[in-house]
Amino acid sequence: MVRVRINGEDQSFEAEPTIRDVLDRIEAPPAAVAVEVNRRIVPRSTHEEHILQDGDEVEVVTFVGGG
Amino acid sequence: MTSSPPDPPLVIGKTTLRSRLIVGTGKYRTPEEMLACHEASGADMITVAVRRLDRDPAKNLAAHIDRSRYKLLPNTAGAYTADEAIRLAFLARELLETDLIKLEVLGDEKTLLPDPVGTLAATEALVREGFTVLAYTSDDPILARRIADAGAASVMPAGSPIGSGQGVLNPFNIRIILETVKKPIIVDAGVGTASDVAIAMELGVDGVLLNTGIALAREPVRMARAMRLAVEAGRDAFLAGRIPRKLYASASSPLDGLPTGVGLPQG
Repeated sequence: MVRVRINGEDQSFEAEPTIRDVLDRIEAPPAAVAVEVNRRIVPRSTHEEHILQDGDEVEVVTFVGGG
Repeated sequence: MTSSPPDPPLVIGKTTLRSRLIVGTGKYRTPEEMLACHEASGADMITVAVRRLDRDPAKNLAAHIDRSRYKLLPNTAGAYTADEAIRLAFLARELLETDLIKLEVLGDEKTLLPDPVGTLAATEALVREGFTVLAYTSDDPILARRIADAGAASVMPAGSPIGSGQGVLNPFNIRIILETVKKPIIVDAGVGTASDVAIAMELGVDGVLLNTGIALAREPVRMARAMRLAVEAGRDAFLAGRIPRKLYASASSPLDGLPTGVGLPQG
């Protein structure tokens, strides 16, 4: 079992997930998010191949209303 | 009729704007009302914030904004240090594929006043990283100059604290900034109503950025239109050149040629 922290919430996966797997899990529209792993940005073009490790912290952000 | 020379558009970095009004996307009661306000404001650039993805699709702004119509200006709101702002700026660039960033490094939650030291440090760092920085700052002229010297594409002094609606509290500082900083100056924050916008534009600033003044007005769409007209009126008044203020009156109608017996005795 692999545990990955996604937007502050621990989630379990059977095997090391890719970022794309994580986005699918949280139903994130891939084109409308940016992703950080352990505070480093992972470019959208590499979401399919970037494999996450146990204990990784993932932030998935989008844009919201602001001034 | 003689026509006025055209007013060149506002250019920030590589971005040309048709409107001198930049509006926000926060605090609106519904997305529909926000879109109607954007339309009425005439703005072609709108600000957005960067936050964790919410499971609730209703909070997903991306579904509502037509990016072929509006240029997005992401902000670093929520940052209280230069490092936090830089992190949000990189996320925004990855997210929106834009180098534009509205830099905000705030000092505390109560005043929401900018942290001058953090703002200058973050400006320097982000300019080095190739960002087009629009830096929200206080109305301090020396700080404005330092931020411009650090390479900011635009300096954006607050008229008064964010969301306060107090208007332009220190027009003298704004005038000094206009004389000393040769970059676009945009009054950002504190604008409560149309006259506040007009006063800022009459001082000669290049644009106004506002959010709350429209979003929380009783009739936001009507206020959005008022803000658009105020930007245009203020800009025209600035370009036209106001008359000097004088202590005594100056008659608009001729004083000579009056019939005998009309008017005050001469001599």
